[in-house]
Amino acid sequence: MTEPLLSVRDLRVEFPTRRGTLTALDGVSFDIMPGEVLGMVGESGAGKSLTGAAIIGLLEPPGRIAGGEIRLRGERIDILSPDAMRRIRGKRIGMVFQDPLTSLNPLYTIARQLTETIRTHLPLSEADARQRAIALLDRVGIPAAARRIDDYPHHFSGGMRQRVVIALALCAEPELVIADEPTTALDVSVQAQIIDLIKEICAERGAAVMLITHDMGVIAETADRVAVLYAGRLAEIGKVKDVILDARHPYTKGLMGSIPTLTQESDRLVQIPGAMPRLSAIPQGCAFNPRCPEVFARCFVERPEPVKIESGRQVSCWIEEWKVGHG
Amino acid sequence: MAEPLLRVEGLWRRFDVSKPWLNRVIEREKPQFLTAVADVTFEIARGETFALVGESGSGKSTIARMIVGLLGASDGRILFDGKDMTALPASELRALRRRFQMIFQDPFASLNPRWRVGDIIAEPLRTFGLATGAAAEAEVGRLLETVGLSAKDAEKFPHEFSGGQRQRIAIARALSSKPEFIVCDEPTSALDVSVQAQILNLMRDLQDEFGLTYLFISHDLSVVRHMATRIGVLYLGRLVETAEAKTLFREPQHPYTRMLLDAVPDLALSGRRRKPVTGEIPNPISPPSGCAFHPRCPLVHDRCRETLPEPHSTATGMAACFATKGDRAETETAGTA
Repeated sequence: MTEPLLSVRDLRVEFPTRRGTLTALDGVSFDIMPGEVLGMVGESGAGKSLTGAAIIGLLEPPGRIAGGEIRLRGERIDILSPDAMRRIRGKRIGMVFQDPLTSLNPLYTIARQLTETIRTHLPLSEADARQRAIALLDRVGIPAAARRIDDYPHHFSGGMRQRVVIALALCAEPELVIADEPTTALDVSVQAQIIDLIKEICAERGAAVMLITHDMGVIAETADRVAVLYAGRLAEIGKVKDVILDARHPYTKGLMGSIPTLTQESDRLVQIPGAMPRLSAIPQGCAFNPRCPEVFARCFVERPEPVKIESGRQVSCWIEEWKVGHG
Repeated sequence: MAEPLLRVEGLWRRFDVSKPWLNRVIEREKPQFLTAVADVTFEIARGETFALVGESGSGKSTIARMIVGLLGASDGRILFDGKDMTALPASELRALRRRFQMIFQDPFASLNPRWRVGDIIAEPLRTFGLATGAAAEAEVGRLLETVGLSAKDAEKFPHEFSGGQRQRIAIARALSSKPEFIVCDEPTSALDVSVQAQILNLMRDLQDEFGLTYLFISHDLSVVRHMATRIGVLYLGRLVETAEAKTLFREPQHPYTRMLLDAVPDLALSGRRRKPVTGEIPNPISPPSGCAFHPRCPLVHDRCRETLPEPHSTATGMAACFATKGDRAETETAGTA
């Protein structure tokens, strides 16, 4: 079996506050294979963006990695110096954020932002970098790229800006692209274009993608595998098809049922009672126990660890654990 | 057919987006206007949920605001229960206002953070003189329980609640004046999916219980599919298609509706190949000539670039497109004659 491109083991992120330490991510483990698209879903506060930020070393202080390890092609990157990490960011790991307006500098032309990034990471002359930037803009579907490269971000519409950001993320040929809610700020018709673009380009260049989103539909269309986060813990991970059509964790089941679809005929949506706990009040045992329809005594006491139920599929639930144990 | 509860006729709204007077003189520019809503006509029957869908800038929220009177109309009429609200004297309008309410998108901005929840919900009761003192308090407790909160929550402040709970408070407030009609402007787009399901279920239960009529505004087609009985699709301020919810999803007529439906990510993993969507919404200050959708339309021909297609009735409702009309030119003339 090939070596994973990115390997995250028992990642734990803490926020020390005056009222005690909040654990925002607790024992999160997953791998991303080269060229694979891994979706990361969860509701607000589940820790999906935090996972991305921890990987690229951009946790907002006082947040810090309190345990576990992150390896990029076998090399630990969670303990690198800020300087060494900066050389990896942009070069080996590209990033696309939610709001394309805030990830571009409004005072610089697109040309300057792109060539600066290219020249930081690649040994190219100004003219070559510009050529490369134009080729990239052309590739991401900016019409008349050679002319528009000298425009400022405000000259572009939201969808076009997001294309520029994608070009920026890809300009140093990264091995991994972390896309944090890349389509949330966009309209549906534009969202579809951007999803297709990310998928196409990464496949073309063999880059793996970690796609962070709250939208299961986007995952269904894009990802190979999906990880479901709940209250900073991994609830379920597996192939997109398996997780969507045959969810095992009660939270994933509820989540799938609560999404209205274009084809369903039912009158009522499945609803999960309550809301996700605050970080300061994560219940003992399984974090989902107050909302779980299938809860039993053990869930209140012991926290379920992810159990492997089939190849590449893990679920953190005592019911699945029991099923595995009893054949 | 029975008299519709709400009828909107030829509604227009233009916004003046000109630069200040002095700049205009110096830079020799003409005043600029943005047409947010253009010639929109629709009806909502009692007890139904009419949904308006469209992307940002299509005029959905502007229409909602005009209907509840937060914005004046530039032209056109809004008839509520047969009375023209644009022409009614203020005293009669006030009496009419009790009968419709609004729920807003952002439950963090729509509740006054300095008021207790009980006061927020009781405000419409007091304003319309429906209840005071202990009667109002009892009513507030009953409303809170109706929306799935506890009567004791009346003592708390909005910041003590999560987004979904706040939206429940906003719904309780909207219900307090016993309205017949509620305008819901993206009521769940600020919420997580599991909470969204709770709110959508609650809204449908309340509709059954109180016989409410909803105008439901959303950009999310799957949510609309779940809630609406009839749907109007907006593009750049114009209604391009209206149809029964079921038929709209089964047989979309207008090319824009088809494109929108195609763009929705597919959760069923049917492997459906979608047509690539092209282009983005043009600038509403200088919309394209003729049919505003023509630069993105796969069925475009010369006529669309010059003339604006008039709305015409289709097998499933209404559409404003030459191509859909051309397809059934004969049945069309027979039907209208």
